[in-house]
Parts: sequence; structure tokens; C-alpha cells
Amino acid sequence: MSLEPFLIIAAALFCIGIYGLITSRNAVRVLMSVELMLNAVNLNLMAFSNYLDSASIRGQVFTIFVISIAAAEAAVGLAIVLSIYRSRDTVDMEQFNLLRW
Amino acid sequence: MSNIGLGDGSQTVSLVVLTAMLIASAMGVVLLQNIVYAAFLLGACFISVAGLYLLLNADFVAAAQVLIYVGAVNILILFAIMLVNKRQDYQDVKYGALRSVVTGVVCLGLFALLGVTVTSTNWAVSPTIAKLPSTMVVIGQHFFSDYLLPFELASVLLLVALIGAIVLARRELLPDTVKVGQVDEDSLELLEKPKEQLVASK
Repeated sequence: MSLEPFLIIAAALFCIGIYGLITSRNAVRVLMSVELMLNAVNLNLMAFSNYLDSASIRGQVFTIFVISIAAAEAAVGLAIVLSIYRSRDTVDMEQFNLLRW
Repeated sequence: MSNIGLGDGSQTVSLVVLTAMLIASAMGVVLLQNIVYAAFLLGACFISVAGLYLLLNADFVAAAQVLIYVGAVNILILFAIMLVNKRQDYQDVKYGALRSVVTGVVCLGLFALLGVTVTSTNWAVSPTIAKLPSTMVVIGQHFFSDYLLPFELASVLLLVALIGAIVLARRELLPDTVKVGQVDEDSLELLEKPKEQLVASK
């Protein structure tokens, strides 16, 4: 097992996350795709930490920061979705078009 | 190569199994129609990623991943799905299928670009992997010496995000002594102040 398989797995997960982010109609699924992308980034950081920097595992420290920021962002994002649902009664992303010209 | 007590073949088999589980769950998250199934498959994704962290010698971060992501973030997403669960069929959007296909092609192109970049770069991989007695001790030493400022800022950010989420998602409930208009005595709803509409909704 070397470094490259982990990086390719992370790249695949990131691209799946981008696909879900762009094509989802449901706003909660968009937030789930963002979590997938953040996990892909974390996997990348951990792979580099293990294979390039295994004495002082700074990649793992960075990963812990990303995990905590992602949790905070999921909470705020879902609060926003809930608030939109209360006033618009839908979570269809195509209907959130107030800023569209 | 990880320093856990598995042989080389077992590690490769674990990697293949975890990768298959991860990619299958991730495809399920973005493609399934039922959003509840997608949320549960997201939990399976997080667990596979924790397994991959174990293969990368990260015991503490794997445990933190399961605790935070599966235990908190996934549950939060499920509760949010429960609260916004309006079963409606979406109106078809113009060129919907074409948009999905084009996005798929772009994502495949991006994956190809990343794959080529990964395989064609000479990574300066260190020849041996240091066997640390405990990753948690080293992480703790980092948090309190050279990464102290980000650590404190992350705690402030978590506080701010918590308060912000509460402010965004709360309802202004009317106290019990105020009766508004025609109140149905049998209604079990909590009375709220009417929300002012920012724009006229359709």
C-alpha cells in the first residue's frame, strides 16, 4: 500500500461530492454532498500525514480542525435550510431563485 | 503501510473492501431518490472513512470521526430531514437530464485530471513510517504548542456557530396569556408570532 491509492480514493470521493452538490434538488442533499467533499479533503490530508510526515503528524492536527469546522458549518447550514423551509414551505433548490436576474 | 498488527495482504484486502463500501455509499448519497436512505448511506460513508484512517495509523482521528461525524453530524442531518419532510414531486426543470449528464462529464474530467496529477508527481515519500507510541499525545502536544492559536479560534468559532444556529432556527412563540384571533381550542399547535414575509410568496 502506498500513497497514491489513498489520493485517488479521495479524488473520487471529491468528484462524487461535486456531482451531488450541483445536481441535487433537495437542499439537505446539497449539505450532505458538502460533507462528502470535506471528508475527501480530510482523507487527502491524512494520507500525506502518514506517508510524508509520520513523525510529527501535522496532517492529523489539520484534519481535526477541518472536522470541527465541518460540524459547525453543518449546524449553521441546516439552521438556514430550516428557516427557509418555514418561510417558503419548500426545500427545492430550483425555487430559491430570489437572487436570479 | 500502517503499523497496525495486520499483515500486508490483510491491509490490502481491508483497503479494497473499505474503498468499495465508501464509493458505493457515496454514489447512493448523491443518486438515491429517497433522502432518508441517502442520509443513512452518508453514515456508512463516514464509517468507511474512519476505517481508512485506521489504515493510515490514525487511531485518535478515526475515533473522533466516528464520534463527531456519525454521532453528531449525521444525526443532525436526519433531524433536519425529519423537520423539512414535505413529500412533493418536484416540477420538472428544463433540460434536467442534460444538466445531469454534463455535470457528470465535468466531474469525470476533474477526476481524470486529479488522477493524472497524483500518478505523475514524484511524491517525497519517507522510507519508513515512524511508530509513535500514541498519536493522541503528539496531537495534544501540537495543540498546546505550535497550533495553540487555531485551537482557541476553533473553540470561539464553535461557540459563534452554535449561537448563530440557534438564532436562525428559533421560533418566536407567543406566551400563554395572549389569545390571537380565532384560536381553535383543540389545536395542539404552539402559537407563534406571524412571520413577516420578505417577499410575496407564490
